[in-house]
Amino acid sequence: MLYDVSIDGKNYRLDLHHADGRWSCRLDGRDLEVDAVLARPDVLSLRIGNMAYEVKSERVDRDLHLWIGSTSFAVEVRDPRSLRSRVRSEDDRAPRKITAPMPGKVVRVLVREGDEIEIGAGVAVVEAMKMQNEIKSPKKGTVQKITAMEGATVNAGDVLAIVE
Amino acid sequence: MFKKILIANRGEIAVRVLRACHEMGIAAVVVYSDVDRVALHVRKADEAYPIGAAAASESYLNVQKILDVAQRSGADAIHPGYGFLSENAKFAQACADAGVKFIGPTPAAMEALGSKTRARQAMERAGVPFVPGTSRGVDSLEQAEEAAARIGYPVMLKAAAGGGGKGMRLVHEPGQFKSALEAARSEAERSFGDGEVYVEKAIVNPRHIEMQVLADEHGNTVYLGERECSLQRRHQKVLEEAPSPIVDPEMRQRMGGVAVRVAQAAAYTNAGTVEFLVDREKNFYFLEMNTRLQVEHPVTELITGLDLVHLQIRIAAGETLPFRQEEVQLRGHAIECRIYAEDPDHNYFPSPGRITLLLAPSGPGIRCDSGVYEGWNVPIDYDPLLAKLIGYGTDRNQAIARLTRALGEYFVGGIKTNIPLFRRILRDPDFCAAKLDTGFLDRMLQRPENDPVDSSKAEVAAIAAGMFVALAATSSRTDAGGAGRREAENCPSHWKSASRGEALR
Repeated sequence: MLYDVSIDGKNYRLDLHHADGRWSCRLDGRDLEVDAVLARPDVLSLRIGNMAYEVKSERVDRDLHLWIGSTSFAVEVRDPRSLRSRVRSEDDRAPRKITAPMPGKVVRVLVREGDEIEIGAGVAVVEAMKMQNEIKSPKKGTVQKITAMEGATVNAGDVLAIVE
Repeated sequence: MFKKILIANRGEIAVRVLRACHEMGIAAVVVYSDVDRVALHVRKADEAYPIGAAAASESYLNVQKILDVAQRSGADAIHPGYGFLSENAKFAQACADAGVKFIGPTPAAMEALGSKTRARQAMERAGVPFVPGTSRGVDSLEQAEEAAARIGYPVMLKAAAGGGGKGMRLVHEPGQFKSALEAARSEAERSFGDGEVYVEKAIVNPRHIEMQVLADEHGNTVYLGERECSLQRRHQKVLEEAPSPIVDPEMRQRMGGVAVRVAQAAAYTNAGTVEFLVDREKNFYFLEMNTRLQVEHPVTELITGLDLVHLQIRIAAGETLPFRQEEVQLRGHAIECRIYAEDPDHNYFPSPGRITLLLAPSGPGIRCDSGVYEGWNVPIDYDPLLAKLIGYGTDRNQAIARLTRALGEYFVGGIKTNIPLFRRILRDPDFCAAKLDTGFLDRMLQRPENDPVDSSKAEVAAIAAGMFVALAATSSRTDAGGAGRREAENCPSHWKSASRGEALR
């Protein structure tokens, strides 16, 4: 099986085959001796040569992370035969949604539609776990739309406002 | 001894008290709010009673509902834990009126220590050191300057009616005094409608050190050594240790003596903590007394070998203290990390949600007091403390080494935690040299993070990523129709769905 793997934005071409109880592995054209066992869901015991690693897998919202020791890596795995491209547009001129980073209650909305705001400006205050947190704008621009309502309960990822 | 104790709390402290009950052969009754039906304290309890909506005012802070459960369950005592109703004198009184023993001090002692002026007068008579100052407002500039000269610079001007930093001015030298006094007065006038200002010695970058006391109901009071709690963020303790690296036996004896006098002046019973500010010359000043079991009590337990919750229960049951002051011996060093559900990359925002994977550390010198488990959904409604990780060693360096090792084993998936913050603290040269004060953490967090990012593992991650997908694909093929399939369906793997998704394209 052939995979295109992206680790923190760097791409690797990985070829894995399993035959006769052994794995053969080729990473960017190099052959490696590899042995992998799923110790439990989301925990992989991996040997490369005789080096041993415990790798943990974590998915938060849509982001996938692998942890080796205390280091985390952002991961995307693609099958190169797949026709669909998953490249997401990160164009800075495009409107950006400002989302709630955690579930909570909208205590205050700090801007009005049409306001010109700077990067880092507070947009709304969300209270969770007895703490009030100011949600800041990731870009400079105009507040195009406000969807957050004071007093409303929001989930992580809910759109609070759109800045363009 | 009590037969049945009601625990009026949740989270790790409810579990910690519940364990003590079981160790002592006492049945444990718990209460829970709507979002806590499958919380760990409910899973481990002997009896569990719903008490209402998630909002604490509807449940864990509702005196009447909790007393109703005490009555219905036939509990003969209530342990309040910390937070919630633990320092509420009215609750303690209501328990007494209902004939249920409150495991803590009397309402009278709580009230005496809660009122600043009354407490202060009793303490001053008992020779308790306060931060030097005028304690009453100053009338004129001359009077204020005279007081400052007597106390010694730097001094702090404080609004008598104040709080929250309003009407406060730090004065380093006499030349700044006039303008600072005018500014403090007008700010106090504007903020509180009262321009009264008093002068107090400014303690720059103090240490926060507290002394654990225990008092039985027969007049015996002892101190169990101090805890260093200088590592704070936004006035919240983050890491505590015992003993304090700067307290020697002579200072401990003096501080302990003062703490015992504070407790006795208030006719205090059960477990309590006397907080002090300590300046660079190791002068210590009384701050306040916390009339409850503290979050950080385990570090004292580890270095004294005592179980504070057992002792709280025995004292409340009317027993005398089973040891005398001179029998209390400190041994080794303990450090506690408060593991919070918060995101270090986003200004420590709370990070509630489902814990998808939990690997808890263990091994020599490690204690983990946790209130969560894998699969538990951390609710948004309460304090985000998940667990306390405590490391014990023969000395401070070994405690640090063990904690560092344990933090490497600790993994909480699905939500963000402040575990990386502790890795950073424990390798900080100033922390290792025990150069601590209450400004330490803010200064550390302002410096750029010198995290040794190990990118050499990126290739390992690449292989692992492919392996997760490949193994998921293999197992779904071999498990098809077999017994393993049901298991796989109960425990859906995102890797498996990823590989299926790819196959469908």
